[in-house]
Amino acid sequence: MASPMNSDSGWFLALALGVSFIKCLLINAYHSTDFEVHRNWLAVTHSMPVSKWYYEATSEWTLDYPPFFAWFEYGLSHVAAYFDKEMLVVRNLNYASPATVLFQRLSVIVTDVVFIYAIKECCKCLREDKGKELLWKPSFILATLLLWNFGLIIVDHIHFQYNGFLFGVLLLSVARHFQSRHLEGALLFSVLLNLKHIYLYIAPAYGVFLLRCFCFTQSKTGKSFTVLFKTCIGLQSQRNPPKMAFFSSLDGSVHWKSFSPFRFVVLGSIVLTTFALSFGPFIALGQVPQVLSRLFPFKRGLCHAYWAPNVWALYNIVDKVLSMLGVKLGMLDINKLPKASMTGGLVQEFQHAVLPSVSPLVTLICTLLSILPALFHVWYRPSGGRGFLRCIVICALGSFMFGWHVHEKAILMAILPLSWLAVEHREDARTFLILSTTGHFSLFPLLFTAQELPIKILLMLLFTIFSFTSLKKLFRGRLVSSVEATYLLGLIPLAVICELVYPLTPWHHTLPFIPLLLTSIYCALGVTYSFIRLYISLLTVPSTTSKGKCQ
Amino acid sequence: MDNWSLVSMCVLLGLTTRWAVSFNSYSGASKPPMFGDYEAQRHWQEVAYNLPVHEWYLNTTDNNLSYWGLDYPPLTAYHSLLCAYVAKLINPAWVELHTSRGYESSSHKLFMRTTVLIADILLYIPAVFLYCFYLSNGSSKKKVATALCILLYPGLILIDYGHFQYNNVSLGLALWGVVGLGSGWDLLGSLAFTLALNYKQMELYHSLPFFCYLLGKCIKQGLMGRGLFLLLKISLSVLATFALCWLPFLSEPQQVLQVLHRLFPVARGLFEDKVANTWCSLNVLIKIKTLLSRDAQLLLSLALTFLFVLPSSIKLLTKPTMWQFKLALVNSSLAFFLFSFQVHEKSILLPALPVCLLMNELPLMATWFLLVSTFSMLPLLLKDGLLLPYAVTSLAFLFLCVYLLSALHRSSQELHLGSCYNLTRGCLSARNFSLLVKC
Repeated sequence: MASPMNSDSGWFLALALGVSFIKCLLINAYHSTDFEVHRNWLAVTHSMPVSKWYYEATSEWTLDYPPFFAWFEYGLSHVAAYFDKEMLVVRNLNYASPATVLFQRLSVIVTDVVFIYAIKECCKCLREDKGKELLWKPSFILATLLLWNFGLIIVDHIHFQYNGFLFGVLLLSVARHFQSRHLEGALLFSVLLNLKHIYLYIAPAYGVFLLRCFCFTQSKTGKSFTVLFKTCIGLQSQRNPPKMAFFSSLDGSVHWKSFSPFRFVVLGSIVLTTFALSFGPFIALGQVPQVLSRLFPFKRGLCHAYWAPNVWALYNIVDKVLSMLGVKLGMLDINKLPKASMTGGLVQEFQHAVLPSVSPLVTLICTLLSILPALFHVWYRPSGGRGFLRCIVICALGSFMFGWHVHEKAILMAILPLSWLAVEHREDARTFLILSTTGHFSLFPLLFTAQELPIKILLMLLFTIFSFTSLKKLFRGRLVSSVEATYLLGLIPLAVICELVYPLTPWHHTLPFIPLLLTSIYCALGVTYSFIRLYISLLTVPSTTSKGKCQ
Repeated sequence: MDNWSLVSMCVLLGLTTRWAVSFNSYSGASKPPMFGDYEAQRHWQEVAYNLPVHEWYLNTTDNNLSYWGLDYPPLTAYHSLLCAYVAKLINPAWVELHTSRGYESSSHKLFMRTTVLIADILLYIPAVFLYCFYLSNGSSKKKVATALCILLYPGLILIDYGHFQYNNVSLGLALWGVVGLGSGWDLLGSLAFTLALNYKQMELYHSLPFFCYLLGKCIKQGLMGRGLFLLLKISLSVLATFALCWLPFLSEPQQVLQVLHRLFPVARGLFEDKVANTWCSLNVLIKIKTLLSRDAQLLLSLALTFLFVLPSSIKLLTKPTMWQFKLALVNSSLAFFLFSFQVHEKSILLPALPVCLLMNELPLMATWFLLVSTFSMLPLLLKDGLLLPYAVTSLAFLFLCVYLLSALHRSSQELHLGSCYNLTRGCLSARNFSLLVKC
């Protein structure tokens, strides 16, 4: 057979360089309004004093990321000055000279170095089997799944955002926790929170894990509480007969006396210092309310203009169907229905007609309820780094499912960490295949131009083929059941309808949102199913090696 | 990993690279009044669709030959006609007679780029994989790696998807010819090559090796028995194909002459612009263009071309093996490129294809030549605003070849030493690959 590839790190460099070359080729592709957003932020941070950063409103794209990101843009703006000084003028709205495009695109590609480094660190944390052929090695598969992640490439390098290096910081932080360098991990996460506050979605996981595994230095060998807990939630595991469940619960619960105030204080001070550095100048200027109002604009509606494939999308469609049925059956008066302009699809404030309307508080409660079991699990049965990672994925996905004004891009926060779990557990690989395929497909409406259609299809096929074949080889045997396979194959006709057939119909102009609606609803089913699967695997997978230990 | 999944991933990578390069500008973009090759192709669709066949190559009031007159053989015209039918369905304004001159829009660009992509998917890419899997040696992973390297050759991608041309059709058909000959299907192979010749007359650069190989094979099989039968079969099928392609023009001898006159514009001189061959380079020191008369130039280039093509052709006649055939292809096309009349810099793609086929046996030389060939087209690429894709694809190709091909060989040191040894022994002549390997 084939001779194995020579140097060990050669393949990693090849993968990283290969994807970087593809990213360079995409420099002249379509970019969305996010490009102008970041150009505006370069201009604002460069030309305005710090006191004006969160007040500046010449452009509609006001600064709505935390202060560290603003400082990051400030640093970039100094390099930008060498490319084209005109982009740093605040008044130059929608300025997109070739030099500006080149600079911004290159900045994303270059900052991805953080992501590449983080992936290298993650690969080191994997359990390797020596002597496996390169293409079957978990580290190779993980590196490719992360480096060549379809969603990340099209969101960062076509649509235009800086998620690469942010996910790099996140993955690095998780890797540090795996390596028991908890303080570094905590520091990295605090920095991350101050770079993009969307990572608040997974802050509960961090909080609970760090408290449980770092602040409490030992675990007890008691049994009562865990058995009680299991009986309370009615867990009947077929794989673990009652006797086994009893023995496997002989560990994991908290040894309250081992609480270390010193560690708690150190952790707290790291977090607080980071926040102080970040918000300090704004606290001094008394601008905190303004900053917070920019960061959390709750005036926006339940759903984004394009409905993210979450529970609320399903809720909306059920409401719409019920209201249409109600009008048809004469039970509802069409004039009394709120004027939710479904025809536009650009609705921000969505009033539900039949089902009760949803407020931000309701979404918060739903989100917390959805992630609480996972947090309990980390508290009572911590399984080291892997349990923590699973909790992160569940928190990210739970917040995606039930959050307020969720962007479809947030699905990446669940897909990327799940890749790590996928190369180690068969069940997670199965969930990953479903979640990544539907999640990535749900990103298709982001690139709506005809020119980018072949690119998104080709890259999606590339990633999907790779993920299926590599994970199938790794875990030997069928990974998706017939029903799941049929559902995933249904994406193909859906793509054909939305991208090719529908634009040729007369409804394309009167009801332009239908393809978005169809994509959103179809993918919401897959995402919800993955969420349920994740919970099932959380509660049924027995802790294998790390019996309730934190390392 | 299964073969099919590796192959499909390579195809997807190749297609992604191609389409990403197509985002950039094309030749003559927004440059009235003449524009460039892109406008030429669009114009040919207009001519082929609106005018009757016998007027395609004639200078008439409706068909002004000085504005991008057809100067490729009839198969190109038929291909343009096919594209024009599709264009008419989508937007008739694209091929409207006279009024569509200089038509430029993003949707039209998308259409034109798609036609190139479809030609690639149907012709060039399958030929590359068939060649790598059935006509090259090594493990399946090595074959896939070689195919990927060939697919990502920057020169072809930049010219077809940047500058805008349909080289993938003619080169694809020629490659099908090579695959046919290598698999023992001489008839189909020669048919494919004849079609390639009828698509672009530059395929004449490859014609001598095809002829010598087939003739040599016939001679080997005995000119009194099976050999003669084979020879007759091939000649008849080639002639029939030619007749079929030129059918509309065969009604008058005047037509045929006119087409030939368009295909071989001897009036245009020894060379145009800057091209990396002997004449252009020599002209820097000795002003050949002005020193010799046009007829003398013609004779000189003809003589030198044949002089340098003769050795490999004779060798191939006596020893018709695939290895000799591939080397002869390289030798012949390079000799034509260096010494022929009216060579364009894009013609470097003709030697580049056979060199791609040598990637397995001579990786270092092949990679080096392919990079240099792309570099030789840089002035053209700069004129089209393709600096960024050029830089990225060339670097990617260099890195990919060095990594993949050296990783799959025993050791890269052996690789370097072997090739360098041949280099010094063969008294380095970049044109004579056959000499190189002979030593």
